Amino acid sequence: MTELLDIEDLRVDFGTGREAVRGVDLRVGRGETVAVVGESGCGKSLTALALLGLAPDGARVSGSARLDGAELVGLGERELRGIRGDRVSIIFQDPMSSLNPTTRVGTQIAEMLAIHTPMRRSARFRAAVELMESVGITDAPERARQMPHELSGGMRQRVMISMALAARPDLLIADEPTTALDVTVQAQVLALLRERTRDTAVLFITHDMGVVAEIADRVAVMYAGRVVETGTVREVLEKPQHPYTAALLRSVPDPDRPVSGELPSIPGQVPAVGEVVEGCPFSPRCPRADDACTTAPVLEAGVACWHPHTDAQTEAGAEDAR
Amino acid sequence: MAAIAISARRRVRALPAGPRYLAGRLGQAVLALFGVTTIVFFALRLSGDPARLLVPEGASAADIERVREQLGLTDPLWRQYLSFLGGAVHGDLGFSYVQNRPATELIAERLPYTANLAVAALLLSIVFGVTVGVVTALKRGRWQERALMPVVLVGQAMPAFWTGLLLILVFSVGLRWLPSTGYDGPLSLLLPSVTLASLSAAAIARVTRGSVLEQLSRDYVRTARAKGAGTGRIVLRHLARNSAIPVLTVAGLELANLLGGAVVTEVIFAWPGLGQLTIQSVSARDFPVVQAIVVFASAVYIGINLLTDLLYGVIDRRVTVGGAA
Repeated sequence: MTELLDIEDLRVDFGTGREAVRGVDLRVGRGETVAVVGESGCGKSLTALALLGLAPDGARVSGSARLDGAELVGLGERELRGIRGDRVSIIFQDPMSSLNPTTRVGTQIAEMLAIHTPMRRSARFRAAVELMESVGITDAPERARQMPHELSGGMRQRVMISMALAARPDLLIADEPTTALDVTVQAQVLALLRERTRDTAVLFITHDMGVVAEIADRVAVMYAGRVVETGTVREVLEKPQHPYTAALLRSVPDPDRPVSGELPSIPGQVPAVGEVVEGCPFSPRCPRADDACTTAPVLEAGVACWHPHTDAQTEAGAEDAR
Repeated sequence: MAAIAISARRRVRALPAGPRYLAGRLGQAVLALFGVTTIVFFALRLSGDPARLLVPEGASAADIERVREQLGLTDPLWRQYLSFLGGAVHGDLGFSYVQNRPATELIAERLPYTANLAVAALLLSIVFGVTVGVVTALKRGRWQERALMPVVLVGQAMPAFWTGLLLILVFSVGLRWLPSTGYDGPLSLLLPSVTLASLSAAAIARVTRGSVLEQLSRDYVRTARAKGAGTGRIVLRHLARNSAIPVLTVAGLELANLLGGAVVTEVIFAWPGLGQLTIQSVSARDFPVVQAIVVFASAVYIGINLLTDLLYGVIDRRVTVGGAA
């Protein structure tokens, strides 16, 4: 059976070799939740936008991304419009700026149905109210008539979620959906997403390892426009193979193992977009780098590294860095 | 009057609320009107003696003095000013020296022509300006923008007397399709309103383009695209309301300007409107009429500004004006 989403060697460049996404390989199965993790600027959001032809002006997308076996890269605007919202929808990070400030939220949810269904106006608005109820918004009939600024941040993200799910998409892309929210609200929104997407595949973009454990079945760790490690949440979080993943995990505070002094951070910086990367892009920051790393490793057996941490080495490797 | 325009624009961001705001605006309006009338009253009196222009040539000094007395020009200036203000409060803006009729009556007579022209010109410029503005914003960097922007520039750069004469030359003299001057049915409205619209349209096009460009980069437009919305839907359902306020502001100012009488255009096309009346009254030193026109034009200007402010609330429902939303 073909995967729902199969991305192969996806690249996005802004002309003259300024590549921001440098060959991403990623698969999402039906009903599966895959988290894409990485620092800001690693190309994770851009990868998602590129799938739907929403990358910023001037971006050139190449490689392959197949939805249910059908190629998305190179599709015309008209074909893409039929896919956006209907088969693949997106929840963005900031629910305030992502909602139209001068339109009632109910109308904005109903718009999804206006575009993708033959429903009549009054039926659409009723459906929007029901969708709002389904994401736990109380007083939905009144709320539906309000403007985005009259709603709280968490409520606005609930609106975004109900909107994204309105046309029952096969794949939901959630681009840092909880980053802009208060911590208490984050947990609620995560729980809601988990509950509402039981039958929907989700590509969950985040920089937060804690969130990954909460929501995902599988993880793909991105670095400098490439996937450097992938596997089930258990595999990756418990036995990271790539030195970058291991370092990323160490920089997450763990209440069970308090660190004395400063939280470990990764020295150096992510290569900038357009910076020429020879060999392994992580090698300048990697404690394990050697001559082999001047050639770029390929993603094999879930990791793109010449010197991955093996089971026996993981703890020792973690020890090195301290 | 520029100050009024600026304060109107600033108010968009301040998001005003409550009846106090409205009362404040009305107070400002009265104050502005008072200021304008005062300035005009005294400035006009610097322009010379109207009596000299009223008497026949070769009249004696005594004759002139008699006329001055009849017109009340021998009174001290402050007394003239007070009696003018007193009348103005009651809606009496004085009698024309030349035609011996109330100034308000003269304005009322000319106003329909100017209003016709102003509304026609405004509609033309909104249709053309908004279309060009939206298209050039959406097609930024493409041939559509490169083709349309020069048109806008030319429209803005050509003065009315030049555009008007050019239009007369082509459509009246050359092609003989349209009447060149005077008011003679709706067809004669065409050339003067196009002349006026070419200036307003350029202003509206620029503001529309800027406003749409600014909105296009907003996240909610990306959301709309991610929903599968096409360009038409994005323009009508998303950009229209969000980009409208600056456009509305400029359109309001343009209308206010046009209603005050387009002097140059009315003279070129011999249009019997307020602009012509202004020219005639100024050259005859017909003080009451000039004063009346200025008071009227300022009142229109201020009134339209206030109306524009109130419309903000209708367009952008976040703005609440004059009470609870």
